[in-house]
Amino acid sequence: MICLGIESTAHTFGIGLVSSSGKIIVDINDTYQPPPGKGIHPREAAQHHCEVAPKVLKQALQKSKIELEKIDAIAFSVGPGLGPSLRTGATVARALAVWLEKPLIPIHHAIGHIELASLTTGAKDPLVILVSGGHTSILAFGDGYWRVFGETQDITLGNLLDMLAREAKFSSPGGSVIESLAHKGEKYLDLPYVVKGNDVSYSGLLTAASKMYKAGSKLEDVCYSVQEVSFAMLSEAAERALAHTEKKAVLLTGGVAANKRLQQMLKIISKEHQADLFIVPKIYSGDCGAQIAWTGILACQSSIKVNVDESFIKSKFRLDKVFIPWR
Amino acid sequence: MVLLRKGAEAELYQESWYGLNIVRKVRKVKTYRHPKLDLKIRKSRTGREAQIMHEAKGSGVPTPLIFMVDMTSTTIIMQYVAGSRVKDLLHFLSSIERLRLCSQIGQLIGRLHRNRIIHGDLTTSNMILSKTGKLFFIDFGLSEHSEELEKRGVDLLLMKRAFYSTHYSFAFECFKAITEGYAVEMGEEACKNVIERVNKISKRGRYESKR
Ligand SMILES: Nc1ncnc2c1ncn2[C@@H]1O[C@H](COP(=O)(O)OP(=O)(O)OP(=O)(O)O)[C@@H](O)[C@H]1O
Ligand SMILES: Nc1ncnc2c1ncn2[C@@H]1O[C@H](COP(=O)(O)OP(=O)(O)OP(=O)(O)O)[C@@H](O)[C@H]1O
Ligand SMILES: [Mg+2]
Repeated sequence: MICLGIESTAHTFGIGLVSSSGKIIVDINDTYQPPPGKGIHPREAAQHHCEVAPKVLKQALQKSKIELEKIDAIAFSVGPGLGPSLRTGATVARALAVWLEKPLIPIHHAIGHIELASLTTGAKDPLVILVSGGHTSILAFGDGYWRVFGETQDITLGNLLDMLAREAKFSSPGGSVIESLAHKGEKYLDLPYVVKGNDVSYSGLLTAASKMYKAGSKLEDVCYSVQEVSFAMLSEAAERALAHTEKKAVLLTGGVAANKRLQQMLKIISKEHQADLFIVPKIYSGDCGAQIAWTGILACQSSIKVNVDESFIKSKFRLDKVFIPWR
Repeated sequence: MVLLRKGAEAELYQESWYGLNIVRKVRKVKTYRHPKLDLKIRKSRTGREAQIMHEAKGSGVPTPLIFMVDMTSTTIIMQYVAGSRVKDLLHFLSSIERLRLCSQIGQLIGRLHRNRIIHGDLTTSNMILSKTGKLFFIDFGLSEHSEELEKRGVDLLLMKRAFYSTHYSFAFECFKAITEGYAVEMGEEACKNVIERVNKISKRGRYESKR
């Protein structure tokens, strides 16, 4: 069986084709970049998705050498995300499903991050650390649902890094710019460290770091210190969840998972608790079509589908509300 | 000296100390974080834990007796509490026993709050039901002094989350019992305000589902 998955929750429009044996046949993504210093404008992001959608679809089909008729199901990211972006992807998905007369499968975007990371790393029953622009959550699976052990109480880790980058007039998403700047930082600046049980809070850290930068601290040092403090906070929360759940695997996924310093911290913690750390491959860490396609396979095999006229997007959609029959 | 448990923050050893049965809680260096940050965290947590654990006892919340604190090695020596963690126990209780225990948990949380103490890490791993049937609160490393509604709300939210993540099959009834116990200490009105805040805080996360 082959599933075509469409991702369009925020800045990325992507189409992936994945087979039920877990082979990622193709994964084509096109990302909208707002002007430097600016955040994503929802309408412009959707405009971008409209423009690139035909090209991305064509490329995916050509590169995979798979004919449309060979596709067994169409999956799309139903939420959470920006309304206009989501609607664009959903529209393309509905059209394909109707035209090809194939089932339409709604996928929660974060479940896509987790499932593709599980497929590509082989992690079994892990403590999941999902860090992206939309999520900062520590999760473990139990009885049909992902259970939240810890999360951010305000902004996400991706938000923190992106907003700091924007402050310094870099374009969004800015996580990788921050990482390379942090590499050149030397001085550790004292910033607010806020951990509440297994939860973290980053808004105070962002305010303090912006202030320091505006007051003349070297950007490299600010980036270095922000990484040190924010990653240590997440790592502490993760370690507490790991000690509590006694899991033997840790799975790091989401766009921020690409960060080497974060990987290093979690490696140390996992080792301390005799757990193996699995890190999603960099190409699949950010939003991509393959995440939706693979999760679409799993959902389809569990007979999850939606009627086209009921296939509403859910821009606010918590991942612990999604029933997962396949795990 | 036997390693009792390896927590997230500390290693806990059980041993005999001047004839007393004690737990030695050692906050070891965490190599994953910057040495400056590491030292600051270990020192402040050790200090808080010893001080507020002692205070809590004075407020009528059972906690281990503190025998010694060593700030250079960030170590606390405290009374060993023989019993079971609530986390390990909950499953083996009858429904009535479970709800009674939860109501007691709620009362103790209320008592802490009424005495300006926020625990900061309320989970079922951090509560021990002693062999004599007394419920002890431990692990005060994240505790602080406050009377703010927000801090009380976060405290109860963490407790609620612990039930929904770990004991999901009876989370609803347990948290309800906790709330009722909490109201006994705090009064109905104050309790209602804190619960309202709990709901408000949990909706702050970006992706709360619309109901
Ligand atoms: N090397 C890196 N270091 C830190 N952060 C990074 C790095 N590379 C990417 N990121 C961050 O990853 C985030 C994007 O991740 P992703 O595409 O998974 O999320 P999203 O679509 O914004 O949110 P979600 O997937 O939760 O809806 C951005 O915040 C970006 O800055
Ligand atoms: N005084 C005590 N008497 C008996 N057992 C204890 C005592 N203190 C701690 N323990 C045991 O050790 C475990 C860990 O202790 P504690 O929570 O203080 O450590 P921690 O490293 O701060 O933990 P966490 O993982 O919650 O951060 C407890 O769950 C309990 O089983
Ligand atoms: Mg503990």
